[in-house]
Amino acid sequence: MSRPAGGSPVLTIRDLGITIGRPLVHGVDLELRAGRIQGLAGESGSGKTLTSMAVLGLLPRTATTTGSISLAGTELLGLTERQLRDVRGRRIAMVFQDPSASLHPQITVGQQLTDHVRRHLRLGRAQARARAVELLERVQVPAPASALGRYPHQFSGGQRQRIAIAMALACDPEVLLADEPTTALDVTVQAGILHLLREVATERGLAVLLVTHDLGVMSAVADDVAVMQQGRVVERASRAELFAAPQHPYTRQLLAALPGSSLEEAPRGL
Amino acid sequence: MSLDGALTRRPRGAWLRLPRVWRSPLAVVGAAIAVAWLVVAVSAPAWVPYPPDAQQLPRLSPPGEGTLLGTDALGRDVFSRLMTGASTTIPLALGLVVASAVIGVVVGAVAGWFGGWVDEALMRLTDLVMAFPTVILAMVVAASLGPSLYNAVIAAVVVSWPQYARVTRSLVLGLRTLNYVVAGRLLGRSPVTSLVVDVAPNVVGPVVVLATLDVGAAVLLLSGLSFLGLGAQPPTAEWGSMISGALANFDAWWIGTFPGLAILTVVMAFNFLGDALRDAVDPTSRTERTAVGVASAPQSVELPVEEDRP
Amino acid sequence: MLLLLGVTLVTFTLTNLVPGDPIAAALGEGAAANPATVQAYVERYGLDDPLPVQYLTYLGNLAHGDLGRSLATGRPVASDLATAVPATIEIAVCAVVVSLLVATALGTVAAHRRNLVTDQVVRVVSLIGLSLPTFWLALVAYDLFFRRLGIAPGSGRLSPSLTPPPTITGLYTVDFMLDGDSVGFVDAAAHLALPVGVLSLFTIGLLTRFIRTSVLEVLDSEYVRAARAKGLGPGRVVVGYVLRGASLPILTVVGIAFGSLLSGTVLVESVFAWPGLGTYAYQAASNLDLPGIMGVGLVVGVIYLVLNLIVDVLYGVLDPRVRLA
Ligand SMILES: Nc1ncnc2c1ncn2[C@@H]1O[C@H](COP(=O)(O)OP(=O)(O)O)[C@@H](O)[C@H]1O
Ligand SMILES: [Mg+2]
Repeated sequence: MSRPAGGSPVLTIRDLGITIGRPLVHGVDLELRAGRIQGLAGESGSGKTLTSMAVLGLLPRTATTTGSISLAGTELLGLTERQLRDVRGRRIAMVFQDPSASLHPQITVGQQLTDHVRRHLRLGRAQARARAVELLERVQVPAPASALGRYPHQFSGGQRQRIAIAMALACDPEVLLADEPTTALDVTVQAGILHLLREVATERGLAVLLVTHDLGVMSAVADDVAVMQQGRVVERASRAELFAAPQHPYTRQLLAALPGSSLEEAPRGL
Repeated sequence: MSLDGALTRRPRGAWLRLPRVWRSPLAVVGAAIAVAWLVVAVSAPAWVPYPPDAQQLPRLSPPGEGTLLGTDALGRDVFSRLMTGASTTIPLALGLVVASAVIGVVVGAVAGWFGGWVDEALMRLTDLVMAFPTVILAMVVAASLGPSLYNAVIAAVVVSWPQYARVTRSLVLGLRTLNYVVAGRLLGRSPVTSLVVDVAPNVVGPVVVLATLDVGAAVLLLSGLSFLGLGAQPPTAEWGSMISGALANFDAWWIGTFPGLAILTVVMAFNFLGDALRDAVDPTSRTERTAVGVASAPQSVELPVEEDRP
Repeated sequence: MLLLLGVTLVTFTLTNLVPGDPIAAALGEGAAANPATVQAYVERYGLDDPLPVQYLTYLGNLAHGDLGRSLATGRPVASDLATAVPATIEIAVCAVVVSLLVATALGTVAAHRRNLVTDQVVRVVSLIGLSLPTFWLALVAYDLFFRRLGIAPGSGRLSPSLTPPPTITGLYTVDFMLDGDSVGFVDAAAHLALPVGVLSLFTIGLLTRFIRTSVLEVLDSEYVRAARAKGLGPGRVVVGYVLRGASLPILTVVGIAFGSLLSGTVLVESVFAWPGLGTYAYQAASNLDLPGIMGVGLVVGVIYLVLNLIVDVLYGVLDPRVRLA
């Protein structure tokens, strides 16, 4: 497949609205570009997770979605469940917050790494395994071949999240949604995971949406940042601009909460 | 944390949540049927058309020909026996459930509250009784005591109390270490007062649920034992023995069909009610699923599945 | 082991401390009136020893595999049980398998359609299953399918025209299969149909509600969302991820359900003249056949232990975290 040139738009979200009983997300615009990491920040409950689940079409049945989500020209809203299944995992992949919850404890790493590969890419068992070993190598899980036969609980938290990333990369998707990928991890391994995301984004021309409530994480890897508050995007800027000159009062408040900031000290983690 | 703070944070007892059960149609239907049968049980002897033992009618006459539900092989009126059967079985079933619950709750509370060897010994006994399939154990007890309805009730109590002991023990164990209970103890409540004041309200809900479901099990067990000839003896009008009377007269389908339906509806009524109560007491069984974000689970009381029924 | 001792002690105590007169029960009222007959009987079975001695004698014989001689059948209890137990295991295992399959389907559907009409229907159906008097249902099934429609055999394990298969496992269906006898297999399987069907209804009721709850919990889990996010179809997600995730609680409740099945078999066997443990226990209990009752108690204890062992082993198979711990 021909990759879009670096920086060209891959996933475009226009005027996204989500209602579950009551309106929860309003008029969100986002543009994910190949090889770039788009950060999405905001306090907990501001609608970040809902937005990323809307992209995969995984909102609860009772949700109504308005606006447009287009993947390289294809409108995703309004696709049938069957059509969406060919997008999920294949063209848009997701990494969840807590790998000890998002990996099935009773299924081997190998099977979890290969079942969607075999479905999407129609690979045989051996080919899928070879691919899985390659991926585990890429995300720096030690002893990749023997790791396939092991279970998630036999790995450390950081390694588990690497496995989850390998799972997401397995079908060579165009878009990666990472929802708080470091929040559940030890501080000591967070940087490694972020670094890995940065690397794979660049080397594969992957458009990444990095969701986090932690602006510290943003400042480490995001190219562009959007800030959400109560279901709306209130500020949008490049990383440098945002950290140098935040425009919106809410963004300043968030920045003030960062440890070591010159502004008033506030508890970290909103 | 201050002791006063701990005390005010005492959760509302599960029994306070019971009234919401009436929002469930199952509960309403169950309660209506149960009340109807209770009324029959109390009043049947006064209004049934024939004495239940009177052998005065034509034998094996089908329903509608002179009698509502036909007659049996001895010329007794099936309808009259059916209604009288309610007064035989239902009070005994209720009584045996109350007796089992009281015994079980006391054993479980003592085991959970005092712990140590008392707990060990009582729980071993509980496990031992629970290792037997209920009907087999009840059958042995009933047979050794001699076949009679009252001995069947005793046998049923012997096999029924352990489930209450288990549930009560695990609830008490869980509560014993909660802040407000510990705080109550520190404020000088005696162990017994504390057990009654702080622990009991939280045990009542689950035990009531269990007991409600158990009424159905009790009716099934009593009629099952009578069916085997180890409970009610002839000529007592009892549903289980009426059904075993049908074994000899298959062509007279009405002899066995109606008592079976009577058992089914009584048991069903209490099961509907108990199931709805379980939802009311254990909110986790009903929490709405949120597809995004993890729903925070409210505190839950663990109820066992019903075990071992004939 | 301790449990087995406890079981024998309980059964022994129960049957001896109560007013029933086993000798009269065994010999019949007429013969019991004759002192000489009673004397001979008592001596033959050592019934004049003090009770603790009788119990110890029993345990001593037990150690040699001797369970005594049944007062009701006159045969050694051990050989009676050797034919009765497999007969019951055969129905119980079939019923567990049938109800597990049906209940898993119903429970999973109900969980997916949570609080919708289908869910309510499944709920009512399973509650009705729990409310059916098994012995009555057995009679109705017998009357309807055997006597009126004639589409199922009525009683026993085999048609009288056939001879039982060579005993290997004691399970007729399995033994016929091992023997390569397809006629026998079909006949034995047909005889299983009604008792298994009747027993299953109760167990289906028991399992369905529970499986629904377990599946609901798993449906809510992050790994199921992750499996959907990988683009797996609903079938793969349910079988590969959801049911696997719910398998441990389901296994626990299946173990419990097996116990309740043994209760059910007593009543069902008596209707279908099935020569199993239930029939034997009933016969022993109503004749106050002490060795017979003790034997049943012992077997029940052994079944309980074996069942727990199997459940433990399966736990290890299903959950790698248990396996390694
Ligand atoms: N399934 C749902 N039904 C109703 N409201 C929901 C559901 N999921 C999330 N919400 C609400 O939507 C808001 C945004 O949630 P979410 O996107 O998870 O926030 P974030 O990821 O930014 O912390 C929250 O107020 C939450 O309560
Ligand atoms: Mg979130």
